[in-house]
Amino acid sequence: MDLQSLYHEIIVDHNRRPRNFRRIEDATRMSEGHNPLCGDKLKLYVLLEDGVIKDVSFEGSGCAISMASASLLTERLKGRPEAEAEELFEEMHRLLTSDSEAEADTDKLGKLASLAGVRAYPSRVKCATLSWHTLHAALEGEDLISTE
Amino acid sequence: MSIAAPQGGHEALDVNAVRRDFPVLEQTVRGKPLAYLDNAATSQKPRRVIEAIDHYYRHDNANIHRGVHTLSERATAAYENAREGLARFINANSAKELVFLRGTTEAINLVANAWARPKLGRGDRVLITEAEHHSNIVPWQLLCEQTGAELRVVPVTDSGELDLDAFEQELTGEPAIFAVGHVSNALGTVNPLEYLIPRAKAVGATVVVDGAQATPHLAVDVQALGCDFYAFSGHKMFGPTGIGCLWGRAEHLDAMPPWQGGGEMIKVVRFDKSLWNDIPHKFEAGTPNIAGAIGLGEAAAYISELGIDRIAAREALLLEHATRVLSEVPGLRIIGTGPHKAAVVSFVMTDIHPHDLGTILDHEGIAIRAGHHCAMPLMERFGVAATTRASMAMYNTTEEIDRLAAALTRAREVLA
Ligand SMILES: Cc1ncc(COP(=O)(O)O)c(C=O)c1O
Repeated sequence: MDLQSLYHEIIVDHNRRPRNFRRIEDATRMSEGHNPLCGDKLKLYVLLEDGVIKDVSFEGSGCAISMASASLLTERLKGRPEAEAEELFEEMHRLLTSDSEAEADTDKLGKLASLAGVRAYPSRVKCATLSWHTLHAALEGEDLISTE
Repeated sequence: MSIAAPQGGHEALDVNAVRRDFPVLEQTVRGKPLAYLDNAATSQKPRRVIEAIDHYYRHDNANIHRGVHTLSERATAAYENAREGLARFINANSAKELVFLRGTTEAINLVANAWARPKLGRGDRVLITEAEHHSNIVPWQLLCEQTGAELRVVPVTDSGELDLDAFEQELTGEPAIFAVGHVSNALGTVNPLEYLIPRAKAVGATVVVDGAQATPHLAVDVQALGCDFYAFSGHKMFGPTGIGCLWGRAEHLDAMPPWQGGGEMIKVVRFDKSLWNDIPHKFEAGTPNIAGAIGLGEAAAYISELGIDRIAAREALLLEHATRVLSEVPGLRIIGTGPHKAAVVSFVMTDIHPHDLGTILDHEGIAIRAGHHCAMPLMERFGVAATTRASMAMYNTTEEIDRLAAALTRAREVLA
């Protein structure tokens, strides 16, 4: 395992220039994730319409792995059906946790598979899954009550 | 740490010989020689500590203080011997004043529960500092919730030193307890206890010192310090985990009710009333960590034989070197820049998160700590979520520090 496969160029790029790093003013869902070990903190915004993720974005701070993972998540899920998010969440789990029997479907994961190197660093897996857990919580949650 | 050059007649430590005392240092990690720079989290163990524990289990293992058979007598003697050695190590008046516990955390919780809780109430104040480890914050917070007392905090300055004006101001509120770390684990700052303790005692405070980071690095003399309680952990001072000590003045320990009940802490048990054992046994309910105590006794003997002054001199050299070479790393900022420090360098690097650094350094065989160091309020004070911390022991070398600096420069390239 070399460092380049952990800090893959896609990860370095998404850490330096996170995509969808902003707030969604009319978000229907929002959730906050916190990894007390690293101090990673993020807020995930989702605009959900008729079962489709019309827009998804995040704000926060954390290590390169958590930032890149959140950025890749938003890039991948924007415009996709809600059900796909849950499928990918499970696929990410398979990719990142070393004790999983089944191989992750890297074709399906696409760019998300660039996080595969994290698997060799058990203490960092939580960094990579934080945004996915946060998204899961947002999707499971209630719609935000509009203040208008 | 005020460190004098080795005294006349004292040779400087032979680092290679010291390194040979620590079997764990002889390994490679990810193909590189291990550079263990996480001593503030826990220190490594010299062979003689490992062997003392091994010997105990191979030859003397028995429960203590109750058997009349030979092994029990040997085990009891070894356990009590360790207590006596440790009492001498911190210059306690008597071994009776030294309670074996799991570590600093348990020691502070014991003081909060058995000494402070019965005495405190609404209107009382407990004074701590912003630089404390969570184990010297949370027990007091719990105590305040239970008693209605108020938790007060002395802030630290931008250099990571205690704000002495604010301390003086707090003393006018006559705190009942002043709990303070001897050496900060997060920044390395050595607190001026020789000033703080008399001032706090003058307003009637009970002074509790968290010595977890002090015992491996500087000479501790509890009588000279003049505090009321002093807590420390075995694993920070080349001893085993799961064992540590609370030193308390005999009159305090005598006056305290037991905290945990069980075997060993009693003289007589009757359903209408039991009779407590004498100190320190009153606070050692249940079968203690006998092997741990023996290992810790051996660790203190090891430190004494190397000479704490020589250890301190060696660490001062390492601190000076680390401060210099790390300051030259582009984008690196050291947090904790006071003049009196143990060999700890805590830092942040622009645009690089400490956990990424931790992983990249691990790739170079370098063990450092990235995180909040169980001092979240202090991190908040400096506006960071986490720092990267290199903490040295006398077995570290300037080459290891140079490797750290080079790896940090490389980390910038990997993540740029
Ligand atoms: C300053 C300080 N206080 C207290 C503790 C807690 O020690 P222990 O975990 O051994 O109880 C530590 C160790 O992490 C420390 O560094």
